[in-house]
Amino acid sequence: MNLLDRLMHRCRRKSPFLFHLNTGSCNGCDIELITCLSPRYDVEQLGIHLEGSPRHADILCITGPVTRNTLEAVKTVYAQVCEPKVVVALGSCPASCNVFAGSPVIEGPLSKHIPVDVYVPGCPPHPDAIIEGIARAAQILADRGVSEKAKGVPQK
Amino acid sequence: MNLSGLIHFFLFPGILFAVPAGWFYMWGERKAVARMQRRIGLPLLQPFYDFVKLLGKRTPSRHGIEADLLRLWPALSVLSMLGAIAMLPVFHDGKGFSGDAVLLVAFLEMPSICFILAGFTSGSIYGEIGAIREAILSVANNLVFLLSIVTIAVTENTFRLSDLSGGTWNPGHWIGVFGILLCIPAKLRLNPFSTSSAEQEIYSGPLTEYAGAALAMWELAHGLEWVALTGFVTTLVVPAGGPWWFHAIAFFVVSFIQVMLLSTVAAATARFTLQRAIRFYWQWAAILAVLVICSTIYMRVR
Repeated sequence: MNLLDRLMHRCRRKSPFLFHLNTGSCNGCDIELITCLSPRYDVEQLGIHLEGSPRHADILCITGPVTRNTLEAVKTVYAQVCEPKVVVALGSCPASCNVFAGSPVIEGPLSKHIPVDVYVPGCPPHPDAIIEGIARAAQILADRGVSEKAKGVPQK
Repeated sequence: MNLSGLIHFFLFPGILFAVPAGWFYMWGERKAVARMQRRIGLPLLQPFYDFVKLLGKRTPSRHGIEADLLRLWPALSVLSMLGAIAMLPVFHDGKGFSGDAVLLVAFLEMPSICFILAGFTSGSIYGEIGAIREAILSVANNLVFLLSIVTIAVTENTFRLSDLSGGTWNPGHWIGVFGILLCIPAKLRLNPFSTSSAEQEIYSGPLTEYAGAALAMWELAHGLEWVALTGFVTTLVVPAGGPWWFHAIAFFVVSFIQVMLLSTVAAATARFTLQRAIRFYWQWAAILAVLVICSTIYMRVR
């Protein structure tokens, strides 16, 4: 890695912007994610910032088992997040549909529709686990940017 | 263009100072809010990390006039802010770019106009709502902003920036400074006047469709806005005379004190509705209008 690549790697790892998407969650995981921003956990220390627009985000945090109504929204929002990007599935619902598995209105699990990089299991997951998952996602984001450049993926 | 003008544009208070200072003020604002909420807050280099990371994002390809315009607005904002900063009479010696307050007001107003145009150009419904909100808020706060500058100009009997600057003991001067300070939160889109970019309400307002390098330019323009607006107030309150290094240090310190003051207001207040924000500014505008008329009559009689 040359100096510019090292700088970009460091900046991507230190500045992950999140976009949170609820795909039919019971709000348990959503509350735990918002808790991470509170004074007790304070994820801003890691440079993590919750963004209002998916265009600004690097990490897409998805909660919920992916209901039929939200499936198109998941695909649209995933496409709106600019590369390089990482998807974090928060809670058991996006990983396995949890107690909703087998329901006719559930289109999950999430990995059937978009690639998932990090799973944070739990119903709901503990904020510490969410922070660890996002930190791991930030590392993947930084590494992905470098590996894409090495593979010759056009950068603009 | 003289050498002093180039130094003002490129070194101090221009690009070399203003860009890191803008990042530092943005860090100071977020850090102060974090500390007031009993959090540790972000690292010192966070705005720099954000800027570089955004430069490395791959943005969706757009074509046509819309794509050019979307790139033009943040670039225009950055350039106008650099122009405004280069005009500030930091050393009170009449050197650098000479100009009057009208040109400075035009420069300071450019980011707001570009922000509105960006919202409409993006074609996003959230962008358009944010742009309309910004336009209404801009009309409301500019009435007070312009009246404040007119108050100072009438007091000093000139519009030349180098003559307006330097703290004098004239009450009209300080009323004007107070009026400008009242407008800064709206110009910087800070709480309680953050309706135009209300997160979680209209996503990111006019910047909803922005990504990558263009968004990085908006972040940079925002940092430069901090430097230009707080720097303008600083040049009005720091007394003229004294060595150059005193003015350089005072420019930074007094600006940073304003950043802390504005952060406290932002942390302590919730977002105003648009009607409430307009009412707030037009009440102050009425008071300032009366004061301007009184001071004008006083100047004529004297």
